[in-house]
Amino acid sequence: MKPAAFDYLRAESLGEALDALTQYGEDARVIAGGQSLGPMLNMRLSAPAVLVDIMGLPELDRIEFSDDGAMAAAGATQARFMGRLELRRAQPLLHEAMPWIGHVQTRSRGTVCGSLANADPAAELPLLLAVVGGAAIAQSSSGQRAIPATDFFLGMFETALQPDELLLAVKFNAPTPGAGVAFREVAERHGDFAIVAAAAAADADGVTLGFGGLDDRPHVTRFDGLNKADAKQAVTDLAAGLNPQSDPKADATYRRRLARELGLEVVLKAMERRHAV
Amino acid sequence: MLYKKGQRHAVSFTLNGKPVSGEAEPRMLLVDFLRHELGVTGTHVGCEHGVCGACTVQIDGEPARACLTYALRLEGRDVRTVEALAGEDDALSPLQQAFKRNHALQCGFCTPGILMTLDAWLKTHPSPNEQEIREALSGNICRCTGYAAIVRAVLDYVAKGRHA
Repeated sequence: MKPAAFDYLRAESLGEALDALTQYGEDARVIAGGQSLGPMLNMRLSAPAVLVDIMGLPELDRIEFSDDGAMAAAGATQARFMGRLELRRAQPLLHEAMPWIGHVQTRSRGTVCGSLANADPAAELPLLLAVVGGAAIAQSSSGQRAIPATDFFLGMFETALQPDELLLAVKFNAPTPGAGVAFREVAERHGDFAIVAAAAAADADGVTLGFGGLDDRPHVTRFDGLNKADAKQAVTDLAAGLNPQSDPKADATYRRRLARELGLEVVLKAMERRHAV
Repeated sequence: MLYKKGQRHAVSFTLNGKPVSGEAEPRMLLVDFLRHELGVTGTHVGCEHGVCGACTVQIDGEPARACLTYALRLEGRDVRTVEALAGEDDALSPLQQAFKRNHALQCGFCTPGILMTLDAWLKTHPSPNEQEIREALSGNICRCTGYAAIVRAVLDYVAKGRHA
């Protein structure tokens, strides 16, 4: 399996990359780490005329932590982001879940933004962004806009990014003070795409529960005022109403059951991990 | 800089400590460049979509899939392949010796990728336990040896030290 032929543009400035996206539109794909796009090109599920390589741009190799949360620019690899000591405090859900993303050999090159822009419904990062909230910063040659996480994922491999836009950076909101978080995933082996992944964030007012692998995009539910005694019923009812995909790895019944079991586990664990502030 | 499709473009990088150069079309995978252009065939081609780990090499010291990057992207970088492990006289490295002692390879197809993964990982995890070793190996598929012997080899290597 080899990719179809493409022109390769090694961008020497952000402006050059953005101009290329404006010029080629849907015929261009941005390549950063290439760990999501590479397999799709090799399998010829995607065959762009031009690959625009942004990894040579030092201004995109940025990671920032602040009281508002965590930021990864387009060139920041998953390995460098999860290797930062600040992550545990700034975004504990990401700290817990990121070791589940791919393998050490793919996290070394794969970027945080690249996985989000690829929007695989079974990938972990889209689920994590959907649960913690935040924004995708989209840049084109005509301007910049922030797309709220809730509006970013439109479907399988489909985001709100326009063909001339680059995902310049992603911002993950800081957790609510005192919140507890938890993550669980079932895959064929550690590091594969999830059959079902579940992530929860619990604060004093309720619990946010998200699933990956069920739907064409992250499936997020907010339970306001949920208490522990009612959690089992709430998650069971939610799972019963799900209509997950069937594929050769797992049928809908199994995915629904995983959602119920993993969902309850992360909700209870996140609630237990809440702490006084 | 735009590199046109269907044309071959010059690329140079460091391979196992020595400068190498060749020509590649934009779509040429690093693993194919190593094997077909440079004739360095220790790195194996498996699934070609980043799942099996057979093509694992080190790029700037970090393990990476050679089937998921293009040769032209390696310009100026530092690449290490399994050929780098043995000494000048082809003496096996301590990790390779541990694999041999513990029968940690049968057909050997996956072995170069496993060795390059472990060679990088053991530098930052000098005394791992069995569970950690199994997780580190999760990105490398072996279909005939079985992981028990591979894990045993790593534990043996760790116990005996790097100079065993």
